Amino acid sequence: MSRDSVLVSADWAEKNLDTPGVVFVEVDEDTSAYDNGHIPGAVKLDWKKDLQDPVRRDFVNKEQFEALLSGRGIGNDDTVILYGGNNNWFAAYAYWYFKLYGRRDVKLLDGGRKKWELDARTLVKDPVSRPATSYTAGEQDRSIRAYRDEVVAAIGTQNLVDVRSPDEYAGRLLAPAHLPQEQAQRAGHIPTAISVPWSKAANEDGTFKSDDELRELYSAAGLDDGKDTIAYCRIGERSSHTWFALHELLGQARVKNYDGSWTEYGSLVGVPVALGDTPGEA
Amino acid sequence: MTQEYTLGCGAPDQDTALPLSVRSGDEPVPGAYVRLLDATGEFTAEVVTSAGGQFRFFAAPGNWTLRALSRAGNGDATVSAERGLNQVAVTVTAA
Repeated sequence: MSRDSVLVSADWAEKNLDTPGVVFVEVDEDTSAYDNGHIPGAVKLDWKKDLQDPVRRDFVNKEQFEALLSGRGIGNDDTVILYGGNNNWFAAYAYWYFKLYGRRDVKLLDGGRKKWELDARTLVKDPVSRPATSYTAGEQDRSIRAYRDEVVAAIGTQNLVDVRSPDEYAGRLLAPAHLPQEQAQRAGHIPTAISVPWSKAANEDGTFKSDDELRELYSAAGLDDGKDTIAYCRIGERSSHTWFALHELLGQARVKNYDGSWTEYGSLVGVPVALGDTPGEA
Repeated sequence: MTQEYTLGCGAPDQDTALPLSVRSGDEPVPGAYVRLLDATGEFTAEVVTSAGGQFRFFAAPGNWTLRALSRAGNGDATVSAERGLNQVAVTVTAA
């Protein structure tokens, strides 16, 4: 897989702000960021309000996703460029979500909002409205989404990658401090999961590290190329960032994101949990 | 406005506060991305400074590194936080 087919640079984005058929979409955890200034022409998605079922813990269904994108003026033939704050965590989550619903032409803006701001590129407050479309989504592609039973079955047999911070992995913390505290009942990690914090896949300006650096990172951490991989974090957003690095940048074929992540696993009755800084036994 | 966030599990440890300012020369730097790194250099959190170039976080006692990126340049500072107020200033300079 070529990097150019899944990532665009800030320079490319700036040159294509007015290109017909290119739609910029900001995805944030804190949507006030968009309201205080966004890339010209960008529409916004709220990762919680727009992408989660309001009642059950699950995603909006295919018809709701179609209605959402149609209403935002995103067509099937458009090239969607996703970006956001928090080092693109929620943009990567939306990217994975778009792929889940069969979207082919979607890319991430490398570095997201942070690089755009640090480069002093233009942000505007103008309201954006695009003419409605009639978007058609695919059925969910379950080959990139892991559920709890397969996660439990993967212990000791597949690659499990825990991308949270070392303190969350070890069980010393339940959530990163600067975010809402969705929490599990128990702290720790899934036994046999290796710890590769998401941040190791990114440069400090929020851009992704090079393919060579990424390969070295995961192989040094003990990721076995011959096995399937499941990435998880706390609510599935940081692990989307790692899913993107493994599946989209490095082209590993069988990588799933476990969106239930620790908030689900750490609340399950009867499953094994490991504490401390090492993976632990199956 | 000073931005605040809390580092910790369960009840915030509000006894260990780190009010921070980011400056370039004598000027406050708003909109700087400040990354909090733990004693091993691992990413812990990241915030953006307010209009006055400030923010504050509540952390556990220990050694922390603050790394600021901004349009005015980059810089970092280390702090050995103890209970109480631990004033930290990060000066950024153009590369």
